[in-house]
Amino acid sequence: MKVEFKVNDRKHSIEIEPGELLVETLRRLGYKSVKHACDTASCGACSVQLDGNPVLSCRTFTAAVDGHEIKTVEAFSKEGELSAVQKALVEEGAVQCGFCIPALVVTAEALLNENPNPTEEEIKTYLNGNLCRCTGYVSQNHAIMKAAELRRNSASVPAGNQGELS
Amino acid sequence: MKVPDLGTTLTTSTKFKVVDTSVPKVDGYALVKGKTVFTDDFNIPNALVVKILRSPHAHAIIRFVDASEALALEGVVCVLTHKDVPRVAYTRAGQGYPEPSPYDTFVLDKKVRYVGDAVAIVAAETEEIANRALKLIKVEYEVLPAVLDYEHASDDGMPVIHDEPEISGAYDPSRNIASHYEMHIEDVDKELAKCDVVVEGTYYTPNPSHAMMEPHTAISYFDPNGRLTIISSTQVPYHVRRIIRHIFGVESRVIKPRIGGGFGGKQAIHVEAYVTAVTLKTGRPARCVYTREETMTATNTRHAMRFKVRVGASKDGKLRVIDMDGLSNTGAYGEHALTTFMVAGSKTLPLYNKVKAVRFKGDVVYTNIEPAGAFRGYGAPQSMFALDSALDELAYKLGMDPIDFKLKNSIREGETSPVFRMMGEGREGVEQIIQSCKIEECALAGAKLFNWYEKKKRPKVKGTKARGCGVAFAMQGSSIPAIDMGGATIKMNDDGTFNLMIGATDLGTGSDTILAQIAAEALHTTTDKFIVYSSDTDVTPFDKGAYASSTTYVSGNATKRAAERMAQEILKAASEIMDKPIEELHLEDGKVISESGHSITYSEIQTKLFYSFKQRQLEVTESFVSEVSPPPYMVSFAEVEIDLETGKVDVLNFLSYVDCGTPINPKLARGQVEGATVQGIGMVLYEEHVFDKNGRMVTNDFFTYKIPSRKDVKNIKVEFAKSYEPTGPFGAKSVSEIGLDTPAPAIANAIFDAVGIRVKKLPIKSEDIFFALKNMAKSL
Ligand code: FES
Ligand code: FES
Repeated sequence: MKVEFKVNDRKHSIEIEPGELLVETLRRLGYKSVKHACDTASCGACSVQLDGNPVLSCRTFTAAVDGHEIKTVEAFSKEGELSAVQKALVEEGAVQCGFCIPALVVTAEALLNENPNPTEEEIKTYLNGNLCRCTGYVSQNHAIMKAAELRRNSASVPAGNQGELS
Repeated sequence: MKVPDLGTTLTTSTKFKVVDTSVPKVDGYALVKGKTVFTDDFNIPNALVVKILRSPHAHAIIRFVDASEALALEGVVCVLTHKDVPRVAYTRAGQGYPEPSPYDTFVLDKKVRYVGDAVAIVAAETEEIANRALKLIKVEYEVLPAVLDYEHASDDGMPVIHDEPEISGAYDPSRNIASHYEMHIEDVDKELAKCDVVVEGTYYTPNPSHAMMEPHTAISYFDPNGRLTIISSTQVPYHVRRIIRHIFGVESRVIKPRIGGGFGGKQAIHVEAYVTAVTLKTGRPARCVYTREETMTATNTRHAMRFKVRVGASKDGKLRVIDMDGLSNTGAYGEHALTTFMVAGSKTLPLYNKVKAVRFKGDVVYTNIEPAGAFRGYGAPQSMFALDSALDELAYKLGMDPIDFKLKNSIREGETSPVFRMMGEGREGVEQIIQSCKIEECALAGAKLFNWYEKKKRPKVKGTKARGCGVAFAMQGSSIPAIDMGGATIKMNDDGTFNLMIGATDLGTGSDTILAQIAAEALHTTTDKFIVYSSDTDVTPFDKGAYASSTTYVSGNATKRAAERMAQEILKAASEIMDKPIEELHLEDGKVISESGHSITYSEIQTKLFYSFKQRQLEVTESFVSEVSPPPYMVSFAEVEIDLETGKVDVLNFLSYVDCGTPINPKLARGQVEGATVQGIGMVLYEEHVFDKNGRMVTNDFFTYKIPSRKDVKNIKVEFAKSYEPTGPFGAKSVSEIGLDTPAPAIANAIFDAVGIRVKKLPIKSEDIFFALKNMAKSL
């Protein structure tokens, strides 16, 4: 069957197999930042934004995103400029192997859009599904707090571009 | 810096410009942008999808395999069984050669030794076809009785797991004993008789999974010139190349891109042999990505161990005896069997060097479960749980604060332990005098920061909750001395940058970054001037790989040496160009500056050398072999809260005070300790594999095997003692493994402090605490 959807503002119109999962489609289309790390919807490494909300692409049928908008991590660093979340993650040493990171960025961006001033507990709750085996989470939570502050302080940045640092 | 001082001023100075600063990781930007950097991200046109047919039985002989139906399926390109691959015995362990692990493994064998063992390799055009083909292969097994309980693996009459004639290097395969080790200093029994207080206990640690986020993955193909190329998510590219040559007799190039975590789980050859077999057979590229289930069930776990411990002391708090009788479960194959067991002794016993008599002995046995392998800490977390818990109990019985007792008996700068010489990895060790050891600072400053003494005085129980505090001491090593070697090449470019080529394998730890920092410090420039290429066996110099806490120390020293020699080359060239004696020149901020104030930039020097003056490329290669293995030290403090109604344990606070010498990059060093701490908390409280009665692992995914998630982690703090290791690069020692040694004993000791229960078996489950509390109440 044929589906149409947008990924990071780019239109895709493609043939898919019945039962095809979004994680497979996205990787096939070259969005390799979307990781497939489990088969039980338990790790969060495949998270993308669907119309602004984080979803597990390993549990989303591609057919279901027909007519919708997907965002992967690539959407958040326009022209090479890192978003506040990305910048803080690198600066705080919160990126070790990096395998969990694209999905973490995508989910954290959604959190900060919903809640620009989260407490550490709120960060932990929202991102509890994003497993990371390297960092022990401490630096990541800290980085997201810092990113939230950066975003609040640069509120003059036009909407949709929040968090971009220039 | 004057030439005669080159290196020496740097090694003794602690004023650094680049080292001891938290520069961002050199690969951080690519990772955070989600670039195509992991093995499975590479598009290799025409690659076949490789899948492995795995044994449903724990122990069986393969009578025959009928792959005709699978082969008839359109899109199936080949099905390989044990008849189609070389019958060459090897070990999957990625270790220095010759490996101390037994050669007891074949790519495919006619016998399977655990549920998940490989039976056949399938290659097809798509994943879907490969999966369908797996179901069409018919295998007839002769099922054998299995050895599932490691405490009885070498009992009389047990089935023999390794009866193949080709096996070599195993201690006594006829009794399922892969390895055996024993050592002693003085007579423990005689000494025990003299002790005023003796504590005995039997401690069990389980076999957790590494659970790195990226599953094991490899791709192989012939490059345009017909050279076999393997891209692999490995910690040991050079060992992979060597083992592939040993099995298949073929030369190859092994490239390690970014890898999604390893923790020892990728210090072995896993997927590489399967894709190589397919590429050699078909001539086509082959890709194999393990499923999470395969990563859980068919790679490696930690060695489960049992230690019977006896420790004794005199009334004055002098530790007189440590006696450890161990048993380790290596599963179906003996990867890292002997060495993890020896490290269980060699990375714990020297910490208490004041002791009179020591004995450490035991067997490592085969069983019909997933093979154990290297896992961060490499035996030390297992034995430290036993030893530190026993010492805590001893201190309690002596009426001493555990910090005082452990400090009184532990090693200090300028001292040694005979264990260093006696126990190496798979052989004798190397004598060493400890040159940096800030364990006292770690304990005392840590206690202060943690409020240890105040917290200990507080009432334990408040309503339905009890709180308690525990402390644990640890050491590790920095490399395997006299074995581990690493090389570094530095090439200068005409734009003032350098290529740093290292065999060292960054598995997410940040080694590419800290090695660039070391080079930048020695060359008086900045980290961004280094373009790092690591772990490509055709391009970078040899390095043993990422294990044994060796990269910072061994690869770091190699890099420092290379950078220092490059500095000399630059000065020599500058002296010729500027026509000034070398003694009047020094390096500063990417320039050579003369006493008279003239200067020339690195860029100008190499440009001249390229085009117009004594033309040559500046490039140097240096190697480093460790002579000693300076231990990092750590003292950790845990505060737990126990729900008296349910037995649930919460780790409220966990502080680690670490002596890792100079932290080359403090944020990355801290990240190593934080990550290891949480893995340790996972091992203590959550992670357990459950097997059914036929030996099938039931906990084979992230749903049934719980690793700590964000909400499980409360307050974790890491501090560094001011320390400088004279033999390390700019004073550095290792930091990646030690963090896993303390969580188990610190938390267990804290539970004792809270409710008086000595936990001797991991993981610590709420129900166990609950029932122990109930029993205690009854007996009151
Ligand atoms: S891949 Fe693990 S949750 Fe989707
Ligand atoms: S950084 Fe490795 S899994 Fe998160």
